[in-house]
Amino acid sequence: MSTSHPLPAARAERVPLERAAPSGARVVRKRPFDWALLIRATAAWLVTLLLVFPIIFLVMTAFKTELQAIHVPTLWFFTPTLENFHEVQERSNYLHYAYNSIITSVGSTLLGLAIAAPAAYSMAFFRTRRTRDILMWMLSTKMMPAVGALVPVYVLAQKSALLDTTLGLIIVFTLSNLPIMVWMLYSHFKDIPPEILEAARMDGAGVWGEFRYVLVPLGMGGLASTGLLCLVLSWNEAFWSLNLSAANAGTLAALIASYSSPEGLFWAKLSAASLLAIAPIVVFGWFSQKQLVQGLTFGAVK
Amino acid sequence: MAYLQLQGVEKSFGAVRTIQGIDLAIEKGEFVVFVGPSGCGKSTLLRLIAGLETIDVGTLILDGRDITELPSSRRDLAMVFQSYALYPHMTVADNMSFALRLAKADPKTIADKVERAAQILNLKPYLHRTPRELSGGQRQRVAIGRAIVRSPKVFLFDEPLSNLDAALRGQTRIEIARLHRDLGATTIYVTHDQVEAMTLADRVVVLRDGRIEQVGTPLQLYDRPANQFVAQFIGTPQMNVIAAAQVPRLKSAIGDGVPEGGYLGLRPESVSLKPAGQGEVQGRVELVEALGAETLIYVSTDGGAQLVARQNTRTPLRMGDAVGLSVDAANAHVFDAQGRVFDGGRAAVAG
Amino acid sequence: MTAIAERRQASRLMPRLLMAPAVGTLFLWMIVPLAMTIYFSLIRYNLMQPGNEEFLGLANFEFFVTDPSFGTAVLNTLLLIGSVIAITVVGGIALALLINDPFPGRGVVRMLLISPFFVMPTVNALMWKHMMMNPIYGVFAQIAQSVGLQPIDFMADWPLLAVILMVAWQWLPFACLIFITALASMNREQLEAARMDGASYLQQLRHMYLPHLGRSIAVVIMIEMIFLLSVFAEIYTTTGGGPGDASTNVAFLIFKQALLNFDAGVASAGALFAVVLANIVAAFLIRMIGKNLD
Repeated sequence: MSTSHPLPAARAERVPLERAAPSGARVVRKRPFDWALLIRATAAWLVTLLLVFPIIFLVMTAFKTELQAIHVPTLWFFTPTLENFHEVQERSNYLHYAYNSIITSVGSTLLGLAIAAPAAYSMAFFRTRRTRDILMWMLSTKMMPAVGALVPVYVLAQKSALLDTTLGLIIVFTLSNLPIMVWMLYSHFKDIPPEILEAARMDGAGVWGEFRYVLVPLGMGGLASTGLLCLVLSWNEAFWSLNLSAANAGTLAALIASYSSPEGLFWAKLSAASLLAIAPIVVFGWFSQKQLVQGLTFGAVK
Repeated sequence: MAYLQLQGVEKSFGAVRTIQGIDLAIEKGEFVVFVGPSGCGKSTLLRLIAGLETIDVGTLILDGRDITELPSSRRDLAMVFQSYALYPHMTVADNMSFALRLAKADPKTIADKVERAAQILNLKPYLHRTPRELSGGQRQRVAIGRAIVRSPKVFLFDEPLSNLDAALRGQTRIEIARLHRDLGATTIYVTHDQVEAMTLADRVVVLRDGRIEQVGTPLQLYDRPANQFVAQFIGTPQMNVIAAAQVPRLKSAIGDGVPEGGYLGLRPESVSLKPAGQGEVQGRVELVEALGAETLIYVSTDGGAQLVARQNTRTPLRMGDAVGLSVDAANAHVFDAQGRVFDGGRAAVAG
Repeated sequence: MTAIAERRQASRLMPRLLMAPAVGTLFLWMIVPLAMTIYFSLIRYNLMQPGNEEFLGLANFEFFVTDPSFGTAVLNTLLLIGSVIAITVVGGIALALLINDPFPGRGVVRMLLISPFFVMPTVNALMWKHMMMNPIYGVFAQIAQSVGLQPIDFMADWPLLAVILMVAWQWLPFACLIFITALASMNREQLEAARMDGASYLQQLRHMYLPHLGRSIAVVIMIEMIFLLSVFAEIYTTTGGGPGDASTNVAFLIFKQALLNFDAGVASAGALFAVVLANIVAAFLIRMIGKNLD
């Protein structure tokens, strides 16, 4: 065996970034300008702005006067005004519809969580051979087109006097979102190590204690993100809102749709109303991106 | 009646009878170790005692009370989990005081007990940290602290050292032994590592396939294994077990106490090396492992058997050298063809 | 029964009890509408004149299928789904690749990119109809005029295209997000090995990125197929299915029968048709998810 091996010399192509100047001071070699990065960044920003352009336009129009809004070519510079928002609020039905949207979204989220959480808990911690099949079946109910149930649900709603009521909408929204909620809560609960629950049991916690001191604090994150997702889905729900509700229980989705009739093309106001309708949800959506991917792809993409 | 008594305990998972009728009596203050290969049911047995699984058949009696039907929360047992199972959303202090808080004990008492446990386990600087901020060894101590604070009737340990690195394992083993000496608590400890079994236990329970193979003190198990399985499970390197027919001269040296088709069990330290030509067995050196304080020499005999010899002196022997082996007949264990200890008519085994 | 067996029975009861509300309600939600739809599809039932029911056998199905709009509706549905999937998959992959590697402001870009997906479908529809596609004031019209072209009246001349654009705009971020997630799970070292082996970007694309994305592409296609089958709000809000039936899809056709003609029988027949279609796609998706589920 040879004795000592000097380390192989540095490859000639690799030029050190630092080299000693004759005086001994360090000189850092300049990196060549990263053109690729610039092109990529520019392209990315350009595409993004183009894609988001309609929303930007909407936001702009909401702050214009009606005259400015229909001005051709489009006015890019103008003094923003809040008059549209005031007017939208003054028309009493906007608030009414907004109220309905809030009630139905929040209501269906709470009801959904109340039904889904125990089921997800049971499936995560008391797994049986059939657990997986039941979960798959639940997901499959979500895959059926809503229009397939339109007639029966309409008839049922009509017969049970739930047509055009917020309660009716809450029930329908809850059922629509239930599979996704169960699925997401199940995934979150599954991530809680069962030994922690066993430790709580050994420490003297009954079933209720396990729930209160361990499961809820640890599952809170999952409950929150699932709730957020349900909130977003219910708020944007248009199919059932349009078909099952009218003046009484209509949500914002339905209200906006009614603006499409030719009378009253008040664009600035329309933009303001629309902006108010979508702003909170778009913001919520930013925070629930990850849950969205998981929820809507039923976990098929990791 | 012993402090903790298991009578005819059985447990099945589906069609598999994981625990097949266990009878065991554990005295107060004893440190009992359940040991055995993977799948032998030792963890299941521990969980049955803890109440995390239900007993199908049999009874479990603790301090005179039948606790077979009681849920875990009412058995007054504390468990240290293999994964520590600390409450991630609570501080160390809260983790340790959780059980007492559930029992609505007096806050001052709780604080004192937590203080004392933290003192014993060197956890005082970490009382306000969360598990996420602790190292593996620290988390393990918190898990132990959580058990100590409750002063339970029995401590249950489920492979507590397996997630630690080797250095920490040795250190913690000593700490656990010290704890037991200081607290004198009844302890059941499950491990697959027989070194832990030998060093920590007052008594060892060797399990295989849901049955008890043998119960005894560590040295009892070492010197008088009840069967071949226990003989080969306890002791590193493994006891040499060879067909008696392969070493005829040794067999006759032992006498006619060896049954037809039987086996001889020879601890490596009872096999001494002699120059080639001497001793009851002849063979060739396969491998020499020089460990410093002791040397292991692997020999393949002329009769076709493989033996390991252990000595605490260095050896000049090299691979391929011819060598003779000698065994004191009194140190040989004899097993019949089914692996049972055969004791018929021979002088009692020394030790 | 021994105490142990009793307790075991009880411990099996609780999990079932916990699952019962979810399983029960979903079961009803699935069975009751289905049963009613089947029933309705076989009778004559006018929502405005209940009480006149009469058994019609398969006449409703025949009526639905021989509706002159039926063929157009099916065609439109296929066009809609196909185009949107094509646009979102290709665009989504391109976008995901573009922003896969870090650059300044990437976090903000990701947040902005996802926004269209959260816009309410009705707002989405109106935004496009009035702001972008209006033949006089709309942005497209202005662009066309500025280069001297005649602005297109989307709603009148190209209604289906308009709907396709709106829906694609909304679902592009979804696809993009999925692909970003999938790309993030790519094995960096594999890419580096390929680079050292001298692979150009196009070669990397073909041999490494696309195969890895294969699975998520399948998922995106299937999920979109399921949800796009029921595109409704956009059509309702903008074109009303028209002009004529130029932008009617199967879902809208069913809606027309049910709530505009009040013919529950024919609508139900159509609904069953849609359900069967959806079931086929769902079967594939379920199988794929099931494999992924631990």
